[in-house]
Amino acid sequence: MDFFKFFIGESKKSKNVAKERLKLVLVHDRADCSQDFLDAIKGDLIRVISDYMVIDESEMEIRMTRTKRDTDDTMIPALVANIPIKQMRDRKRL
Amino acid sequence: MGEVLVITSGKGGVGKTTTTANLGTGLAQLGKKVVVIDADIGLRNLDVVLGLENRIVYDLVDVVEGNCRLKQALIKDKRYPELFLLPAAQTRDKNAVSPEQMKALNDELKEIFDYVLVDCPAGIEQGFRNAISGADKAVVVTTPEISAVRDADRIIGLLEAAELRNPTLIINRLKIDMVRRGDMMNIDDMLDILAIDLLGVIPDDQAIVISTNRGEPVADGSTSQAGQAFRNIARRITGEEVPFLDLDLQDNLVHRLKKILGFAK
Repeated sequence: MDFFKFFIGESKKSKNVAKERLKLVLVHDRADCSQDFLDAIKGDLIRVISDYMVIDESEMEIRMTRTKRDTDDTMIPALVANIPIKQMRDRKRL
Repeated sequence: MGEVLVITSGKGGVGKTTTTANLGTGLAQLGKKVVVIDADIGLRNLDVVLGLENRIVYDLVDVVEGNCRLKQALIKDKRYPELFLLPAAQTRDKNAVSPEQMKALNDELKEIFDYVLVDCPAGIEQGFRNAISGADKAVVVTTPEISAVRDADRIIGLLEAAELRNPTLIINRLKIDMVRRGDMMNIDDMLDILAIDLLGVIPDDQAIVISTNRGEPVADGSTSQAGQAFRNIARRITGEEVPFLDLDLQDNLVHRLKKILGFAK
């Protein structure tokens, strides 16, 4: 048994599994615990995007979530923003 | 003017009360005037860990409500001339004290003592808010388990939101053989995740259980590793630079040789 463990190597040691899981959970916790943080991002996003298009601020939604990474099935934290566009701005007129 | 330190953790059962009792003892050994406050109203335990449970007459709530004078409620630990306990009330709840009352009490105690150590209840609700009120510094206790570290992270966020900046970390119950095998997070893993300064590490030690059974804190003269670790932390609190205990955490050739030769376990 120990002989095989030798080949499994460093990364599968249970403390590394714990550390990886903990890091993921904390990204979520840290973002989750402060609505101010999300509101700050939301405010900045509105400011930037409004230069290019008219958006529906009341329907805009922004949250932290988790998703599978493309390359493998590892779960990673993701920032998801749903921003309904009312109308594109005419860049030439700006 | 003394200093108020709150000992907190978020998760229960990681060793806040044991830590408070031992740091109080360690600081008293250094000749400091110390009072330890049990802020865990309704679930008091600091009295039994210190072996002072039979001497309680008045408690924290009595002081706050004016049923007695502050000095009447302070229980003197006979082992040290300058160590006192202010016990929690056992038959009341966390709302019996307000953050303002707690701050006023701490301000009064700071005038008399060099160190005021507040043993915070588990959780993040009113009891926690009361216990951190009026504190100058915070110490976060954790154990090397996912659940305890996660809760410690949450507490650090809440402390910082409450203007208690730069809390320091005590890692409790580190099992050295498991760390060597890679089956327990090590000190660097936890510092990496929590990103706060390390105040000390307490190795897992049966001496703690034995000393708690007897009501005699392990920092009280015991030759155990845990006792030494607590005494070192007490000295660090006073501003002294004390090197961390050499816990021999590496599973290396030297350790294996020592093991073969019978110098290590």
